[in-house]
Amino acid sequence: MSAPDIPSRAPARAVLPERGPEPVRITLTVNGVDRAVEVEPRVSLLDALRERLDLTGAKKGCDQGTCGACTVWVDGRRVLACLTLAITCEGREVTTIEGLAEGDELHAMQSAFIEQDAFQCGYCTPGQIMSAVALLKEGHASDDREIAEWMSGNICRCAAYPHIRAAIRTVRDRA
Amino acid sequence: MRPISYSRATAVADAVAAVAADPTSDFLAGGTTEVDLLRQNVLLPRRLVDINDLPLTGIEDRPDGGLYIGALARMSEVAEAPAVRERFPMVAEALVLGASAQLRHMASMGGNMMQRVRCGYFRDASSPCNKRDPGSGCGALDGFNRGHAVLGVSEHCIATHPSDVAVPLVALDARIHTEGPHGRQVHALDDFFLLPGATPHLEHPLEHGELVVGIEVPGLAMARSSCYLKVRDRESYEFALTSVAAAVDLADGVIRDVRLALGGVATKPWRARRAEELLRGAPADIGAFRRAAREELAAARTTPLNAFKAELARRTVVRALATLTGTEHAS
Ligand SMILES: Cc1cc2nc3c(=O)[nH]c(=O)nc-3n(C[C@H](O)[C@H](O)[C@H](O)COP(=O)(O)OP(=O)(O)OC[C@H]3O[C@@H](n4cnc5c(N)ncnc54)[C@H](O)[C@@H]3O)c2cc1C
Ligand code: FES
Ligand code: FES
Repeated sequence: MSAPDIPSRAPARAVLPERGPEPVRITLTVNGVDRAVEVEPRVSLLDALRERLDLTGAKKGCDQGTCGACTVWVDGRRVLACLTLAITCEGREVTTIEGLAEGDELHAMQSAFIEQDAFQCGYCTPGQIMSAVALLKEGHASDDREIAEWMSGNICRCAAYPHIRAAIRTVRDRA
Repeated sequence: MRPISYSRATAVADAVAAVAADPTSDFLAGGTTEVDLLRQNVLLPRRLVDINDLPLTGIEDRPDGGLYIGALARMSEVAEAPAVRERFPMVAEALVLGASAQLRHMASMGGNMMQRVRCGYFRDASSPCNKRDPGSGCGALDGFNRGHAVLGVSEHCIATHPSDVAVPLVALDARIHTEGPHGRQVHALDDFFLLPGATPHLEHPLEHGELVVGIEVPGLAMARSSCYLKVRDRESYEFALTSVAAAVDLADGVIRDVRLALGGVATKPWRARRAEELLRGAPADIGAFRRAAREELAAARTTPLNAFKAELARRTVVRALATLTGTEHAS
């Protein structure tokens, strides 16, 4: 039976536990490590990473979902850390650009960005790389047109787009 | 941004009870509208009730060939679902052409139906806006209104409804299922989105605390032959200037049946009923498409800045129908 036939109105618990508005202790799993932080519930994942956990790789470009500089993964999917509240990530796996390299060994996409000169000022780059690795996993990189469409959530003010696409193609073709 | 407190619900009844009992609580799904507008001080809830752990993520087949899409299915998941791509391509296309890959992973289908307008005066908490602050006036009427609506407008509000996927869904006669303080309700999508009239702050018939639990899409054979055409200022990651969702049942060059809806031009996802009427039984040619488009847009009320939208919408309708029916485009 599909969902519309589920009987409605299971009894509700009296009160849902409420946390905040003052700072509350939460545990975030970032790059495989559990990190405890005190944050107000209104604090974004981006601010928690940058201001509390010293993970400044994810950048704040617009703080309103329009630039992609803050792209990280939550449970393996690329999302925007600026529109994600940190407290909603308890119990989920957060991955940032700092978690891509294996020790001193850069991720293939990081190396490709260097080889292909895929940045100028570099401000958008961590977001571009987090998006690019996810893109290849999602399987929407068959040609430049598709790469451009599925990378459109990452704006580059320096317009390094052709080189970014070249880096993505390199990693795609190496696999 | 004001301080807020936070609760996480794991059962539908808990979420509904918590929000229904407290006028200052809001639901939180993907947060792509809610967190954005909290930060702009446009929304001022005291508490957010996180609904992301509710078991409302399924995409299920219905016996009539239709679908039931859980309110917490993400835009990206629905766009990739084989049942959606095969049986309702215009729904998949509208989703993929919306927002960005990151936003589509976050944004839920229920949240998409509940998203707020992108009008600059609504989003700026210090501007007058009848939607945000009833009776304060409308900054858009004589302001920068290039992106604003030309259909379904009133002298109180001309904000465009921003959703892409709601456009094919209204063409498909989809229904919104909700769970609220008064139990289960089903709302026809065309009745779910309200015209602004004199009450632009009322956008849908939901009570406070009524939770969208799913979207039912009735089966429709001709939806297999459907498309979504979106026209915008840049190629990607932008809201529509105009858009068209169209499905056609074509036999021997004659349109036996058709579904048509417009986005980007109206204060709600716009079912083009007048055009459908004219097209049903008509030959699939450019003349018939133009006539239907002209009649549908006849009621357009434009401003000097957005007058181009009426013509753009007409051309978008013609292009979508021509593409779908394989009709040669004369000009
Ligand atoms: C930069 C940017 C670009 C965008 N571009 C597009 C685009 O091109 N096309 C397009 O269609 N959309 C676009 N969007 C809008 C986006 O699709 C919506 O913000 C999103 O669908 C909202 O879903 P959410 O799960 O994030 O909702 P939330 O932000 O969590 O919630 C939205 C509202 O609905 C309420 N709500 C959420 N879920 C429910 C529910 N189940 N029942 C009742 N109430 C609920 C919340 O209280 C809140 O008020 C864009 C957004 C951004 C930020
Ligand atoms: S900072 Fe998050 S999208 Fe721009
Ligand atoms: S490299 Fe400067 S913004 Fe992209």
